[in-house]
Amino acid sequence: MTQPGTGAAKVTLPADDQILITREFAAPRHLVYRAWTTPDLVRRWWAGHRGKTTDVELDLRPGGRWRYVMIANGGFEVAFHGEYREVLPNERLVYTEVYEIPGATDEGAPVVTVTFTEDAGRTTVTMRTETHSQELRDMILESGMEVGLQEQLVILEELALSLA
Amino acid sequence: MARAATTTDVFNAVAEPRRREILDLLAEGERPVHDLVRLLGLGQPQVSKHLRVLRAVGAVEVRDAGRQRVYRVNGAALKPIHDWVRRYERTWEERFDLLDSVVTELGRTEEEHDHDTARNRRGEGDPAR
Repeated sequence: MTQPGTGAAKVTLPADDQILITREFAAPRHLVYRAWTTPDLVRRWWAGHRGKTTDVELDLRPGGRWRYVMIANGGFEVAFHGEYREVLPNERLVYTEVYEIPGATDEGAPVVTVTFTEDAGRTTVTMRTETHSQELRDMILESGMEVGLQEQLVILEELALSLA
Repeated sequence: MARAATTTDVFNAVAEPRRREILDLLAEGERPVHDLVRLLGLGQPQVSKHLRVLRAVGAVEVRDAGRQRVYRVNGAALKPIHDWVRRYERTWEERFDLLDSVVTELGRTEEEHDHDTARNRRGEGDPAR
């Protein structure tokens, strides 16, 4: 196996309403960006080992929509969608992310900012997930944990880290 | 046992920032209530209310020490949260590992392409690199 980047993804919580995931890849960033934004390539990694990605649509321009669907190993369907806010090829993507469950709306969806930075042929990807406001986050949380997965993560990770 | 809707499980109980602060403080070791009141800069009634919620889901335990009530974290009750985080982390690890192979493969393809291009340009069989 070739040198697989640094291995572990790092999860930190820069603010009460933010999650930051960082991961380094042993490859130039135009390739990482391509893998991140090409439907056929996204199909190969997005589901992890938890299922099979069945549909990837992405209209890579500001205002363009995206939607990913996977069939989880348990047989049920999991889908996310959102809208691109910023598209800076090879550098930066900003998009909303809505987990499709009954009652989920696009309004006030978490905003994800992905950046790709290259250093000596290696690429660091950072993914920052921001929820809009503490009020909204708490409202989502109070409506039940299944609604605000992203928001929950902030809390759960924080706590897990504090217990480590 | 009657509980408010928002505190039926440990996930909801820790959704409140102040309650997480309480857990952070108690993670360092057990503390009496007045300690928490001082450190949080909240009123005693508010702190007590948060502690009640945390107790209702088993996230903290209390014992009487003379005239004081001393609270501590109950790690076992927080385990579902930890497990949940691990699951999320693993998902991303898996994704990134797969992304690694995709990107590595793209790199190889690109290199081969470069070789071919160089070969064609020079009209020779073995491009020097």
